Amino acid sequence: MIDFKLVADNSDILLAGLRYSLALTCSSMLIGIVLGCLLAMARLSSVKWLSLAASAYVNLFRSVPLVLVIFWFYFLIPFFGFKVGPDKSVFITFAIFEAAYYCEIIRAGIQSISRGQVGASQALGLTYVQSMRYIILPQALRNMLPVLLTQTVVLFQDTSLVTIIGIKDFMGANVVTASNNGALKEMYTFAALGYFCICFPLSMLLKRLHKRIAVLR
Amino acid sequence: MIEINNVSKWYGEFQVLTDCTTKVQKGEVVVVCGPSGSGKSTLIKCVNGLEPFQAGTITVEGTSVGDPKTNLPKLRSKVGMVFQNFELFPHLSITENLCLAQEKVLGRGHEESMEKGLKLLDRVGLKAQAQKFPGQLSGGQQQRVAIARALAMDPIAMLFDEPTSALDPEMVNEVLDVMVQLAKEGMTMMCVTHEMGFARKVANRVIFMDRGAIVEDAAKEDFFGQPRSERAQTFLSKILHH
Repeated sequence: MIDFKLVADNSDILLAGLRYSLALTCSSMLIGIVLGCLLAMARLSSVKWLSLAASAYVNLFRSVPLVLVIFWFYFLIPFFGFKVGPDKSVFITFAIFEAAYYCEIIRAGIQSISRGQVGASQALGLTYVQSMRYIILPQALRNMLPVLLTQTVVLFQDTSLVTIIGIKDFMGANVVTASNNGALKEMYTFAALGYFCICFPLSMLLKRLHKRIAVLR
Repeated sequence: MIEINNVSKWYGEFQVLTDCTTKVQKGEVVVVCGPSGSGKSTLIKCVNGLEPFQAGTITVEGTSVGDPKTNLPKLRSKVGMVFQNFELFPHLSITENLCLAQEKVLGRGHEESMEKGLKLLDRVGLKAQAQKFPGQLSGGQQQRVAIARALAMDPIAMLFDEPTSALDPEMVNEVLDVMVQLAKEGMTMMCVTHEMGFARKVANRVIFMDRGAIVEDAAKEDFFGQPRSERAQTFLSKILHH
């Protein structure tokens, strides 16, 4: 099924592709979580327009397919006169798209912390931002860690979509190698194995992490 | 020091507080009691602005709590509060619980807040637990840490919201002992509690609330001697008879 000689001959492009996928995943995760935290706080804010704006953002991105957002940024942004190129375009797309999903996870996390904790931090004189920063978010993020990381595993698989605008991520590198060597069956099987070998162990690890955090609580 | 004037509060259509007026002088200990759902906790939470109210005024040392221009965090940092469910921060160690607000709100250095925190921890008899986490302590111990945490801010007054209601019976006294000691040192205190023994020992005044209104506001001797309202008499006979 898998032609390992072919894989070895093309290891440079495949490894570069894997690095690209991982870089895209990590950057989208980091920016997505930071943006997601801000969005979650905005959604829970008592300032009406702020929570409405954040809800609109989240609902919009959760209601359109990722492929569409990738296309939209790639094809339509240059139309408005901005030149970003495919790489920057997908890094931005993924960060703002994932932020919508991370936002909902973090919002649930914040809401899982009891009102009493908010009251106690306010009673000590902490401002809203301080109580979020030191009391609520640390607890919420710890509770949410397994779900946040699960979302990141999904994100890693989703990065393969950038192949459609010609980027050589791990999937793209496999596609190129496959068509250059007429080895569709072999390379697509290898790609599947590659994604599986990364995602499955991670999922197992997360399951154990979930159990440990449940015990701590 | 604390003045509550004609305060009313509604949750939608439902009125939780009706025209409440009372005063707490400097150094005074006032116990607020009454049946559950009578608005005691809500009233005490209005004092430091944790609960908003729609009518009336509350001033703490001349600062109006309901005024939108008031810097609420600053006001709250001067008024200590102890909650029914302790509300220690579970992800922080005991010393971190004691130091956090001192450093972030009052701007004290770490050394200074640590020294202050440990001194207060010693005072509530828990110096040995300094490195532990809240989850490793008993309820009574957690509540004593919560009192120390509030005292670390050098408050001008302390609010207690049913501090012993969530405790196992054998742990009630260790918390009350700390509160009695505090009262004897002249701390201004407003305590929502059902502990009538505590009220008899240290209270100057007792406020009795029913259905969101202050029904009785009397000196301790008068309240326990001969409460004027029938509602307070029934309440007292129910909780003092066993």
